[in-house]
Amino acid sequence: MNMTSNIPAPTLPIATPETTPASVRARSAIELQAASVVFGTGETAVTALSPTTLKMASGEFLALVGPSGCGKSTILKLVSNLIRPSAGVVLVGGREAAARKLRIGMAFQNPTMLPWLTIEQNVMMPLKIVEPFKRSYRQDKKGAFRDRVHALLKQVGLGDFANHFPWQLSGGMLQRSNLCRALIHEPDLLLLDEPFGALDQFTREELWQIMQDLYLDRAPTVLLVTHDLREAGFLASRICVMSARPGRVISDEPVTLPQPRDIATIYSPEFVEMTQNLREMIAQARSS
Amino acid sequence: MSDNLRTRFLSTSLIVGFFLLWEVLCIILNVSDLVLPRPSEILVTMYNRFPVLWPHILQTLSTTLIGFAFGVTIGVALGVIVGTSKVAYAVAYPLLVGFSSIPKVAVVPIFVLWFGSGTTPAILTAMVICVFPIVVNIATGLATTEPELEDVLKTMGASRSEILWNVGLPRAMPYFFASLKVAITLSFVGAVLSETVASNMGIGFVMMTASSNFQVSLVFAGLILLALMGVILYAIFSLLERRITGWATRGNDIAIT
Repeated sequence: MNMTSNIPAPTLPIATPETTPASVRARSAIELQAASVVFGTGETAVTALSPTTLKMASGEFLALVGPSGCGKSTILKLVSNLIRPSAGVVLVGGREAAARKLRIGMAFQNPTMLPWLTIEQNVMMPLKIVEPFKRSYRQDKKGAFRDRVHALLKQVGLGDFANHFPWQLSGGMLQRSNLCRALIHEPDLLLLDEPFGALDQFTREELWQIMQDLYLDRAPTVLLVTHDLREAGFLASRICVMSARPGRVISDEPVTLPQPRDIATIYSPEFVEMTQNLREMIAQARSS
Repeated sequence: MSDNLRTRFLSTSLIVGFFLLWEVLCIILNVSDLVLPRPSEILVTMYNRFPVLWPHILQTLSTTLIGFAFGVTIGVALGVIVGTSKVAYAVAYPLLVGFSSIPKVAVVPIFVLWFGSGTTPAILTAMVICVFPIVVNIATGLATTEPELEDVLKTMGASRSEILWNVGLPRAMPYFFASLKVAITLSFVGAVLSETVASNMGIGFVMMTASSNFQVSLVFAGLILLALMGVILYAIFSLLERRITGWATRGNDIAIT
């Protein structure tokens, strides 16, 4: 099922020059400098993330893996500016996260489709909110934007479901719509918070392939949080392992397997060896 | 569908049966029509006096609807303020509860004192009586919006007003319409109440005068007209509710398959 080969991708510029100059893309996309997050104060204070330093180049696909509660999702929230660091600095596109230098697309573990909108309207939401699209939203929502949404939905196999409401779709279909919503505005930076976690094995593998195709097609910078090691190995170009609470990056390795990867890769000896190593590392991180 | 039809048939026969029982009991027990007139008599009175009743019907309907419109506007504005700000919610809620627990009959004399008798106090009573359910419902709808839904827009860099328009308000719509059904009925009660106390127009006034002249069947004609109007207004808002917030009940009306 190679979707990019038979369906032409929507022909749109990868980045709009006026919002994302080449100089920004060349710089590191994400940089955490000793960033930490503490919720609450005094005795009840909870450290969600101990000082973490992490750098990500443009166009990289970085997977963050680690035991639950280690602060993986906290890093995503820092980058997307949902929370501010208690100490340290979070740079996105060379500026503080709050400055929103890069265009961000984000998909959460729950599909969080707005239940009063159709799939088409849900996927179109970023075009209504994000510059520069929002300027021409009124003129284009029935024309160019609609075609764009339909093309993307078709690419993930949801062409016939644009006018359905979220509750009429299955979990896997909702998660596809979720990916579409995260990608429709051609983000420079795609943040994925365990988006395939709640799906069955077959649907998950199918979506991995769709995700890989979309990534190779559009080349955004991707930060994926997951606890599925095979998912990390299949999709990512680099894997960071985090230690248990409070989290810290304990390993940072590139994935050398050539892309695009085939699902069969998962069962190859070098892939199994890589995930075994990761597994041991996380097991140690949990016990220590 | 056949279930639906059956329910409708049963509820219609319940209504018809109620009036039949009333008629029959009045005849059997030989009830004086000064105490409880028979439905047939009430119907005849309603028909004969309709030209006289019509302007009063319009008066009651218009005061109700004008008061309701003001009430909805104020209620939505207050509800948005209280619902979007945690501070406002905590600070204003006790006061709102206090206001809403005042029996609204008690405010009519005050309005009459300020504005004289007539249309103005009726409109104002209709307004104040329906504001609070709307405020409370809008505020609840906004305050209980799932943070995840808001996060989706926050990650896109949406402003507070964009989040309100695209997530908060649509999310509060089912609450809003539920309150509208309650509010329109309350407005109606408020308008009639004020007409009864201080007015020379409206169904409330007709019922007052009729009862002091012992025209009991006219009193009951007014009562039944009020019930009819109430049901019709309620039905209109139920229909609107189903049309607009079908997503919340996953109604078959909006299902596109």
